[in-house]
Formats: sequence, C-alpha cells, structure tokens
Amino acid sequence: MLNVAVVRFPGSNCDFDALRAAELVGTNAYFAWHRDASLRGADIVLLPGGFSYGDYLRSGAIARFSPVMQAVQRHAAEGGPVLGICNGFQILCEAHLLPGALLRNAGLSFVSKPVDVVVERTDTVFTSAYAPGSRLRLPVAHGDGRFVAAADTLRMLEAEGRVVLRYVAATESSPFQPNPNGSANHIAGICNAAGTVVGIMPHPERIAEGVLGPPDGLGFFRSLAAWRPRASTLNVPSR
Amino acid sequence: MSFRVHVRVMPREGLLDPQGQAVEHALGALGFADAAEVRVGRAIELEVAAPTRPEAEARVREMCDKLLANPVTEDYLLELEEA
Repeated sequence: MLNVAVVRFPGSNCDFDALRAAELVGTNAYFAWHRDASLRGADIVLLPGGFSYGDYLRSGAIARFSPVMQAVQRHAAEGGPVLGICNGFQILCEAHLLPGALLRNAGLSFVSKPVDVVVERTDTVFTSAYAPGSRLRLPVAHGDGRFVAAADTLRMLEAEGRVVLRYVAATESSPFQPNPNGSANHIAGICNAAGTVVGIMPHPERIAEGVLGPPDGLGFFRSLAAWRPRASTLNVPSR
Repeated sequence: MSFRVHVRVMPREGLLDPQGQAVEHALGALGFADAAEVRVGRAIELEVAAPTRPEAEARVREMCDKLLANPVTEDYLLELEEA
C-alpha cells in the first residue's frame, strides 16, 4: 500500500480533506507534524492548504524552514512525489522546489469560488488519470494566488511544458471569470522538470466526492494512487 | 558591537503592486490627487551583534536573501546604526 504523508503546519486547514481524499483512493494516508524530522516512510507527500504560521512575513515563508520541510526537501531530491495545494504551492515556491512566487491577488480580494481550468500536463504523478486537455471545475480559496516569475522563467516553464493547470476563459457553459487572481499566463499550477513536484492553487481535495458535485478533483488522487516507485519498496500481498 | 538594523523590503520595480494602487486610489479619493507612484512594502527592525559594521551588514544581507525578502519578487534596503 502506498504511504501518503499529509503535512500539518500550525494553521493548515485542508489537512483532513486531503487525508480523506487520499484514503478514498486506497492509500495508507497519515499526518506528519511540522516538527517531525521524518516522513515515516512516505512514498508521496501532500502539502495541504491553509495559512501556515498565520501567513506571517509571506505566505509559506516560515513553513519552509520547519523540520518536516527538510525531510520533504530530501524526499523531493530523491525523486519522491510532492503535491502542494494552495498554501502548499506557496510553500513549494518559497522552498525553491518550484520556481516563481505567489503574490497578493490582483484584485486584492480573497477569492473563494469555483474556477475552470484545463489540464495541460497529464504525465505528472498527480495528473496521469486525466485525459490531455481535460477541463475541470475546481474551487479556489486564496488571497495570495497571483503567480509571478521572471520573464525568462516564464518562457522556460512554457517551453518545457511545465504548466500543469491553466485558468480557462469563461464560455457559455461556464459562467466563471477566467484567471481569478491575475496570474502570469493564466497559470494555476506548475511542476518541476521531472513532473514529480506539482503545485496548484485550486483545491481538488474539496471536490473529490460525488456528494459535493461532479468530482472533478478526484483524478489528482486516482493519479497518485496509480503511481509506483521505480524500485518498489511496497509490500506486495503474496498470492 | 551591536547594531540596530532597519530593513526596508519593497516589491520589485515593474511588478504589479495592487496594494500600492489601492492606496493611491484611496489617497486620490481623499483629495490627495498629487500623490503618485504609491508602492507598499514592509519594514523590519532587528538588532545584530557583530565585530564590525561590514560584518553586521553582510550578516543581515544573508538574512534578507534567505528569509526576510523573496528574491523573486522583492528588493531590500538596509540602514544600520550602532545600538
């Protein structure tokens, strides 16, 4: 069974949602505390949304230096998958595991509503269950979601196809405004070069069950559940 | 020696600063139409012990690069005075 560590910082508030979504797809999901120096054999790490350390200084800036993040850095350096959602994305940028930064929304308001995004990368650990070009309706809930990067970094992200999710324009069937926060190139999520570290602003864990609406977010968790480590250390049940 | 340090962290020139724009707009609404190019940053004060001023400054620059400012989006200015 895959071990999925959901990291909790003081101020995390999507931790139970992320844990439940990971359990839904049959993984062994558990919490790791910010002071933990070990991820206890995690195959996959989830950094959930919230307001770690009260968003003091900058969103994600303090969380980056917590003991558990040193373990996450090692995990990522060894090719271990990491998904950062919302505040988790902010932490991944502050930790330089992903390029760029997430600044105050262009409209200054906290934005909490569904948005439409297109899945541009489906060969990452967290998006493999989606068909290329899938359109999803996912909730966003953030004050600091405006993705910013230097011009050459943006060009590199586009040239290497590292935009995982992009806000898409409203259509007749979609009443939602595109780009809720002024992100460069309408970017809603990116990945590292290997596709193992992914950061997204929308919250798939909040829409992973049918009772909440069309479960467009479930694919992120079905994807990670289908992932296998290269040299598998998993306990394979004997026949 | 101990130094009192004032760190001024500002959004990088050319980056959209919605807070600065909102403040500029509010100033205009209050009759301060002469206010322009408003930008909002952050001020941090701290004390640092170091044998010399250059060493104190180098130390604080390290703090800024690692934590106090985001190298992707912000620039910082330092002022040091002997405490």
